[in-house]
Amino acid sequence: MLAIFLGFEVISKVPTLLHTPLMSGTNAIHGIVLVGAIIVAGIPGQPTWVRVVSLAAVALGTMNVVGGFVVTDRMLEMFKRRPGEGREPDRRD
Amino acid sequence: MSRTDAIDLAYLVTIVTFILALRFLSSPAHARLGNWLGAIGMTIAVAATFARPGLHNYVSIVIVMAAFAPVGAYAARAVKMTAMPQMVALFNGVGGGAAALIALAEFHSHVGAPGRISVESSVSIVLSALIGSISFAGSMIAFGKLQDLISGRPIVYPGQQVGNIGLLVVLIALGITLVAGPQDLSILIGLICGAALFGVLFVLPIGGADMPVVIALLNAFTGLAVSAGGFVLHENLLIVSGMLVGASGTFLTMMMARAMGRSITNVLFGAFGQLQVAEGGLAVAEGDGAVRSATAEDVAVMLAYAQRVIIVPGYGLAVAQAQHDVRKLADELERRGVDVRYAIHPVAGRMPGHMNVLLAEANVPYDQLFEMEQINPDFADTDVALVIGANDVTNPAARNQPGSPIYGMPILDVDHAKNVVVVKRSMNPGFAGIDNPLYRDPKTVMLFADAKDAVSKLVEDVKGL
Repeated sequence: MLAIFLGFEVISKVPTLLHTPLMSGTNAIHGIVLVGAIIVAGIPGQPTWVRVVSLAAVALGTMNVVGGFVVTDRMLEMFKRRPGEGREPDRRD
Repeated sequence: MSRTDAIDLAYLVTIVTFILALRFLSSPAHARLGNWLGAIGMTIAVAATFARPGLHNYVSIVIVMAAFAPVGAYAARAVKMTAMPQMVALFNGVGGGAAALIALAEFHSHVGAPGRISVESSVSIVLSALIGSISFAGSMIAFGKLQDLISGRPIVYPGQQVGNIGLLVVLIALGITLVAGPQDLSILIGLICGAALFGVLFVLPIGGADMPVVIALLNAFTGLAVSAGGFVLHENLLIVSGMLVGASGTFLTMMMARAMGRSITNVLFGAFGQLQVAEGGLAVAEGDGAVRSATAEDVAVMLAYAQRVIIVPGYGLAVAQAQHDVRKLADELERRGVDVRYAIHPVAGRMPGHMNVLLAEANVPYDQLFEMEQINPDFADTDVALVIGANDVTNPAARNQPGSPIYGMPILDVDHAKNVVVVKRSMNPGFAGIDNPLYRDPKTVMLFADAKDAVSKLVEDVKGL
């Protein structure tokens, strides 16, 4: 409940300018499912198909986490002020 | 401090970094730092999970992670900014799919144990499987539509609504059976497959123009699925993070629906799709007032000798890859002392905030980008409003024609500007297929051309003046 309230509270402060990074950022955050996937994949003595299913979940979760954060960073890096007004450091790639 | 206490503490730190990450997104200046904080939090959480007592199969888990992390990173690096909505849809689906798989694996390990699964656990397993599966399949269809693998047009057939509701009822019945009746693995598998089918059927009829709402909604679904997965595993970290995402997705869904002047139910179940097609046929035939068309030279003169210009970019601009030329035009105009700003409608592009990202990619400074509410009052003392590849979001019919399908949708008050220039390929109506009276306004001139060609021609002409 508190999380829902907090979610609304924090997100209502995000300007529409940054709504796409917000989506991809929250996208990366729900990659936390990876932690769940690791826990399940780490239960010993499961039949093979459960191992396969839980490792598949680990694979999906990993892609979700890594891809989500990388793409958000790439996007946020592009938002710049006018040249001269506190310009961001140089592009990395 | 015991090992489990330390892990709990690490998870708490992660939650705090996630909240800070969202908090920092309130300004572009430190948003990037926030994202890094979130990534660090995620790393801490994963590391702490590996330290859990009783965790096995390290080797296979690490191998799988090492194999798939580069895939995610490569996809994230390679994707074009115009393809961002597909990417987000894909990651939504992937997260939802993972949640459904967790439910499946966890159910199996419970079934083996003696006694019934507690109501609490079985309810969360059912929810995680159901929502995760819908989100996975729905996102794949959304991805297909955005990637043009599937027709972006709404796909409708007779009995669709009834069929979908029927399927949902069956799914709920299966869920109740799992909680109260026999707890058999085949029922859960049936539930997962059925939910996937529902996800497909549910997104198929939704038209391309409504995609921003659908993506936001699927984002919320995935958040909820992850949260339900947290209840299955009794992990607060997943519950809280999932809820954060769910809240954000819900918020964006409501915002997008409001920006289109429609309720969420109307977007999801409304017959807007069919209506669009019907209206589209009529619109082209009309055209009672005279449409004035102009050459690029005329428009260049108008722009160069204006004091204030507002550029209204639409998705057509992004499709034509004209963002960079638009920035050059703006630079050229600013050199001549013209005040140039951009008016961004909330649904410009194909996901919330998409147009801002596309313009940022073309190095447009973000302090020139204005939201609808901020800039609407300024159109009245603007000399030229330059509309590029946008249509429905500038349609005055939304304000003054109660019969119009888009009536009530908040629009950019382009028609209040002293002059309006519309760069458009032809008189064909836009996504929603609705006639736009703006084009017959005496203040409006049309520049019929491809957005990229037109804008690069304008740059040349303004330079030559």
